[in-house]
Amino acid sequence: MHHFIQLVVSGLFVGSFYALVALGYSMVYGIIKLLNFAHGDIYMLGAFAGFTVLSVGAGALGGGLIALIAIMIAAMAATGTFGVILERVAYRPLRSAPRLSVLITAVGASFALEYGIAVAFGPNPQVYQIGVTGGTLNIAGARITYAQLAMMAIAVLLMIALDTLVRKTRSGRAMRAIAQDPKACLLMGVNVDRVIARTFFIGSALAGAAGVMAGAYYGKIDFLMGFVIGLKAFTAAVIGGIGNLRGAVLGAVVLGLLESFAVAYLGSEWRDVFAFGFLILFLTVRPTGLLGERVTERV
Amino acid sequence: MSKVLLDVRNMSVSFGGVRAVDGLTFSVQEGEVLSVIGPNGAGKTSAFNCITGFYQPASGSVTFNGSDITGKRPAVIAASGIARTFQNLRLFGDLTVLDNVRAGMHVRIKQNSLDAMLHTPRYWRSEDAATDEAHRWLDFVGMHYDRTAQIRNLPYGEQRRVEIARALAREPRMLLLDEPAAGLNHTEKTQLLDLMRRIAALGTAVVLIEHDMGLVMEVSERIVVLSYGKEIADGPPAAIRSNPAVIEAYLGAEDQEAHAEAERIAAEAGTDGIAEAR
Amino acid sequence: MNDESTPRTMEAPSAYVRAVEERAPANVAPAGSKVGTFTDRRAALAETASGLLASRWLALGLAAVTLALPYLNSSTYVIQIAIDALIFIMLAVGLNIVVGYCGLLDLGYAAFFAIGAYVSGLLSTRYGWPLLATIPVVVAAAVIGGLVIGGPTLRLRSDYLAIVTLGFGEIIRITANNLDFTGGPNGLYGIPDFGAFGLRADVALYWITAVIVIVAVLFSSRLGRGRIGRAWRFVREDEDAAEAMGIHTYKVKFAAYIAGAIFGGIAGVLFAAHQTAISPPSFNFLWSALILMAVVLGGMGSVPGVVVGALVISLLPELLRGAENWRYLVFGLLLIVVMIFRPQGLLPSRTGEPRRRGRQSQGGRP
Repeated sequence: MHHFIQLVVSGLFVGSFYALVALGYSMVYGIIKLLNFAHGDIYMLGAFAGFTVLSVGAGALGGGLIALIAIMIAAMAATGTFGVILERVAYRPLRSAPRLSVLITAVGASFALEYGIAVAFGPNPQVYQIGVTGGTLNIAGARITYAQLAMMAIAVLLMIALDTLVRKTRSGRAMRAIAQDPKACLLMGVNVDRVIARTFFIGSALAGAAGVMAGAYYGKIDFLMGFVIGLKAFTAAVIGGIGNLRGAVLGAVVLGLLESFAVAYLGSEWRDVFAFGFLILFLTVRPTGLLGERVTERV
Repeated sequence: MSKVLLDVRNMSVSFGGVRAVDGLTFSVQEGEVLSVIGPNGAGKTSAFNCITGFYQPASGSVTFNGSDITGKRPAVIAASGIARTFQNLRLFGDLTVLDNVRAGMHVRIKQNSLDAMLHTPRYWRSEDAATDEAHRWLDFVGMHYDRTAQIRNLPYGEQRRVEIARALAREPRMLLLDEPAAGLNHTEKTQLLDLMRRIAALGTAVVLIEHDMGLVMEVSERIVVLSYGKEIADGPPAAIRSNPAVIEAYLGAEDQEAHAEAERIAAEAGTDGIAEAR
Repeated sequence: MNDESTPRTMEAPSAYVRAVEERAPANVAPAGSKVGTFTDRRAALAETASGLLASRWLALGLAAVTLALPYLNSSTYVIQIAIDALIFIMLAVGLNIVVGYCGLLDLGYAAFFAIGAYVSGLLSTRYGWPLLATIPVVVAAAVIGGLVIGGPTLRLRSDYLAIVTLGFGEIIRITANNLDFTGGPNGLYGIPDFGAFGLRADVALYWITAVIVIVAVLFSSRLGRGRIGRAWRFVREDEDAAEAMGIHTYKVKFAAYIAGAIFGGIAGVLFAAHQTAISPPSFNFLWSALILMAVVLGGMGSVPGVVVGALVISLLPELLRGAENWRYLVFGLLLIVVMIFRPQGLLPSRTGEPRRRGRQSQGGRP
């Protein structure tokens, strides 16, 4: 029983990471129908942005949660800005191009980001020097560190903020409207370009936050760390129903839990095989996702 | 009396709660020229899409040439002898005119991958036969531009012709034309009229969706009128012209159309609207 | 049947997807985007160049030079990199069938390469099979892999395929890494070659590789021009229109994917014979990405272009030794630049009509 709860707790923790990245994936897909392959690498970029801040201003910030939050905000600003630049430079010129061209561009962006970081920081892993160790909490026999708890809380707060933004604000309404019918939005005077840029900013910032959290939690970062996370986030988004934000969170939690149990029974070396195998299986059985609905495609 | 080729019974399809096609029943005789008319949004194209398998009808049945084709894959329906054109041209833009027409013959070209890799005599025979036949269909529709050019570089009217040639190359028993006269000038319309008559003379049934009433009245043997997804009239052109229900559907169309559109948008927003709000 | 009609292809996961689907391409950036194609002089030049490259005489000449290479220079180094380049060409023309002809993005192509290398490596080292005899088993294994991945995903939107294949590439690599049977992280070693036939071992392997690759290039080019090749392009251009012509698009996509898998698998056999030792890191995403770059840079759908692209990508590292990360950074940027400014690649495929053998057209053009 203790074991079971421990697995649930670690599943939820991993799930909250996945969720932050999956949200950006799903938002971008929802609004311009682009699978942004570089999204996982933006997560990686967030970790490195945080790392830079950390190495420059480590002394001034001190350790602990406050430092973590400060670093996270800096990294979110950096990745958000980068997301906007990426969209402007690489994706916007191709909005009317065939889908294949855009996908290939996204692959190129992912590749350039990975090896750009490899050039800038060197190919070896970097150590994240932030002490978020602290004590541990026992919940019904399961152990969770305060740091983990804090990160989950931050992730949940960010998700609630996003949900509110998308559902309650003007800018959120514009996003939903563009997802529905970009042409009509253009005719109605919505500044489509600006809304898309904003979507990229928010999605990338969330991924950046997750990157910093990953760095602080695992203690090590490298230029390829975004590759697998990108795939996992896509898996989560598909499980939930891609384009559906609450679905993305649900999918991420489901995936986190499933992985947690799979690791317990199969061994951690099979984690990724299990996750991607599950993705393929899931697409066979229910390609529209848990919260997606079947819609007749119009010709 | 000729026999029934296509039999549509009680067919319905809806989008987000709006019934685009609502219990539609009609039939097409072999070799006949039938027009389907109705105000915008009456469900004409949706009906076409149901018949050709691009939409799955929610209820009802479609029988073609004696066999049930309801909900079959478009390719299977096409292979059974129904060819169509699309309202907005759907040509293979990067390919040549000839290649576009060869698409229509694809299922009839006798050649496998081994023939292609080894360039067997059968490969050359089938390729040459396909090329000759493609030229013949292009002659038939009167497409005299450069046939080795990329189709996207051709004038619109010529592209329309090629799309019809491509559908004819399928050698269909029934040809569905979705607004073939849209965007054509007067001369081209006259040529289209002549072309449709020559197609009918081949023994192919022609089902036409068209807004140009002059053309419809001229070419049709029979007309089916749709409004709000339902059939409101069915008869020869003369009877349709004086049918009060038809006149009302068309005259009342202007504000009703706006109404229907508003309803559709409202329904969409309500049922399958904002995804993340659920 | 329920009231909400079910889609034929289960492609639209949510209203989000459907909403932009048909409208998105042309409308969000209406201003400033190029409409239509204008053949400028440079494009015409490139087309002439690719026409020249596509001429059968040049192809024959190149094939002859390839076969004669050991007579021109038989240093171990030259033979070594020539075999590498040939294998890379085979991979590129194989991926070109999937991406170039059919328009399906496969980001896990190295998986088939790995399947080929591992199946032939296992059979030859563990069970003592001659390498040549493993090829049918490799083809069968590649086909099975293609069925497992293509089966569910080819029904879906094409971008799903891209990411699922990416996952598949990882599954194969990690599985090879985790199993003791496949040698774990150390991989397999001591893989035999095809036999020396009284020649220097590497020269014999070179000739066998050269013959297989030349045949592969020829076959892929001919497939592209035949009935199935046309169907692939119809699907790439417009799936609905292809369906309306009676073309079963799912089967056609499957054929492309399986054909690509077979090419990749056989390239894997050649790779195993050449390296004599294989291990999981040889089949990571980098490989898949590099093969894709060769296809994209050369010109999707253009066999001469893809061959040139593969030569460039595989020989470039020999010229620019070291500086690997810089090189990949440049490759990534190049992909973006090519897609924005020259999506058809350096040597685009010709759009003209093939020559005919047989009798002259009787319908003819008026």
